[in-house]
Amino acid sequence: MGTAQQADTGNSRTSAQASTRPQAGTSAGVLRAATVGPDEAVQLLDEHGAIHHDATFSPYIEKLDPEVVRGFYRDMAIVRRFDTEATALQRQGELALWVPVIGQEAAQIGSGRAMNKADYAFPTYREHGVALTRGLDLADLLKLFRGISNGGWDPRETNFHLYTLVLAAQTLHAVGYAMGISRDLAADPTTEPAAVVAYFGDGSSSEGDVHESMVFAASYDAPVVFFCQNNNWAISVPFEVQSKVPLVNRAAGYGIPGVRVDGNDVLAVYAVTRWALEHARDGHGPVFIEASTYRVGAHTTADDPTKYRMSAEEELWKTRDPLDRLETYLRAAGLADEAFFEQVTNDGDELAAHVRRATLAMGGADIRQKFATVYAQAHPLVAEELAWFENYEASFAEENTENSQTQGGAA
Amino acid sequence: MSTMTIAKAINEGLRATLANDPKSFLMGEDIGSLGGVYRVTEGLKKEFGAHRVMDTPLAESGIIGTALGMALRGHRPICEIQFDGFVFPAFNQITTQLAKIHTRSDGQLSAPVVIRIPYGGGIGSIEHHSESPEALFAHTPGLRIITPSNANDAYWMIQQAVECKDPVIFFEPKRRYWLKGEVNTQESPGDPFKAHVVREGSDATLVAYGPLVPVALAAANAAAEDGHSVEVIDLRSISPIDFDTIEASVKKTGRLVVAHEAPTFGGIGGEISARISERCFYSLEAPAIRVGGFHMPYPVARVEEHYLPDIDRMLEALDRAFAY
Repeated sequence: MGTAQQADTGNSRTSAQASTRPQAGTSAGVLRAATVGPDEAVQLLDEHGAIHHDATFSPYIEKLDPEVVRGFYRDMAIVRRFDTEATALQRQGELALWVPVIGQEAAQIGSGRAMNKADYAFPTYREHGVALTRGLDLADLLKLFRGISNGGWDPRETNFHLYTLVLAAQTLHAVGYAMGISRDLAADPTTEPAAVVAYFGDGSSSEGDVHESMVFAASYDAPVVFFCQNNNWAISVPFEVQSKVPLVNRAAGYGIPGVRVDGNDVLAVYAVTRWALEHARDGHGPVFIEASTYRVGAHTTADDPTKYRMSAEEELWKTRDPLDRLETYLRAAGLADEAFFEQVTNDGDELAAHVRRATLAMGGADIRQKFATVYAQAHPLVAEELAWFENYEASFAEENTENSQTQGGAA
Repeated sequence: MSTMTIAKAINEGLRATLANDPKSFLMGEDIGSLGGVYRVTEGLKKEFGAHRVMDTPLAESGIIGTALGMALRGHRPICEIQFDGFVFPAFNQITTQLAKIHTRSDGQLSAPVVIRIPYGGGIGSIEHHSESPEALFAHTPGLRIITPSNANDAYWMIQQAVECKDPVIFFEPKRRYWLKGEVNTQESPGDPFKAHVVREGSDATLVAYGPLVPVALAAANAAAEDGHSVEVIDLRSISPIDFDTIEASVKKTGRLVVAHEAPTFGGIGGEISARISERCFYSLEAPAIRVGGFHMPYPVARVEEHYLPDIDRMLEALDRAFAY
């Protein structure tokens, strides 16, 4: 069932890894297959909640503490609740726009939880689930959508970069950051090994920057994992317009190992990403993961999917829901009881309430802070324009004072 | 003091940077073993290794995008774009990403990336090898743009660009690469974002930068033969522009002519003319006059002499200013 592929690069590092790493070619993910079919993907937990074995990837989940697996469910449920709250905030006029993540929770929680603290994530603008795994206060994500900041958090605190709205631009930043890790390791071998995850989607896979990022990553053996969430829709454009083949098939053209994974199976996503990150961190170069998933909601709150896709398709994907299948598994395996699920619901509501409170308390933005951050060093034009602005603003203050004095006198 | 060409001065400046700052490194197309198509990086790979002088895949967006990523990790990339006309595949990364990362992060992140670009015409080259795209970048807040016109500035300004915490585009006047000059490696000429008065005069101010500074100086010499004393300012920095130095000069001379190779429409000359007109309205004896390229794509080499501002075009503009 599962299929993966690995390009035979003739790279001695690639063959050397075989001795210390899960043997390629022995798993359901046939790592040396040239191509994968459209329905083939690594799957460890099917839509009915049944576990499947994979020689390469199962070992990554077999030893997991049940608490960790329950944590996957909790994360996914909480992000879904957060997503609902953010959508509501947008509908109530508190956000200019929202980008729903519903349906993609497994792809994001699985990949995010596979990362180490020292690893670094470069998200698109929909990685709310990854943000949760990196320890962000999710309310910070809303600053961008409330028009308060074009960032909203300090990426250095969580190793979670700012959202990037220009499609695929961040894939190059991710590769550069990974090249920087390699440079640091070369200069100082005591540097903590780390890898980078470059998030992008099926739509942005058509961007030239994805191509260039893979060329650079392959050429310099950059420790980066390209994590593509193929959610089947780029706003209104179906996947078939982006590619005639599964995206993972492109990896071989760059000499990069590629794995296609069921993106709604959090266990498989976790295992595959963990494998890929180890591969990258151990100095074997980049990996390309295509996570097959579905954008259940609209592209953004400004979008209307009824104009371009059939509800039958949406219904089909609802049967593959990432939360339902893990819940079925947890209950059947006796790993979680009703109290657990109630607690998760309560935790989600609590987070949602926090996010709502924090959003409404955010206040406005200060244009002076915008003047102050155009450049890192003093800049005469910015200083001149700020001085003009302050005078201009002060002129209103004087006017107001005069007006109030006049009114006061009249009273 | 030693005499060297502008190309050699940049080479020496880069050598000093690589030696002084272990986080700095060069990246670009053909800059390693070949030493760059203009040999500006000649010998540096041999001296510092492939790790510090990286030949990249032929992908301009990839060069700038990965440079930004490396800068976020604390490194100091110095990128080379092979020719002015080839920077546009990287335009997105430069203007939407590099220029904005500091403000997008509310000042928490910075991207001290230097982008070297040989620019300008006059070398009889083929299409896309003679352009002056500086105004396109000057219009983007978050970027700094400097350009040397002589060997001493070239030696120092490339090092100062690397030291700057903001992204800097370093435009190299390619037709002056072989212009020799004295370089004082002991004492810096100071702030790279300040203009220099390179010839004093009292009747008109002629502002130029990069490849046209020698032309402006020659025009001023010619004007002197006609009895006009022309002050010449080497702008050095295109963003920010040192309007104070120009203002002080124009308040003294009463006339302003600005020259560049780029088309005048929407160009740096227009910006200088407008701002100086505001600042010096009561001092001006004539409207500010621009000398520049025509509103056409850079023409074929056989006619570029008609396109590029030369001594006569500058003198014609000065004559117009004196006629008021």
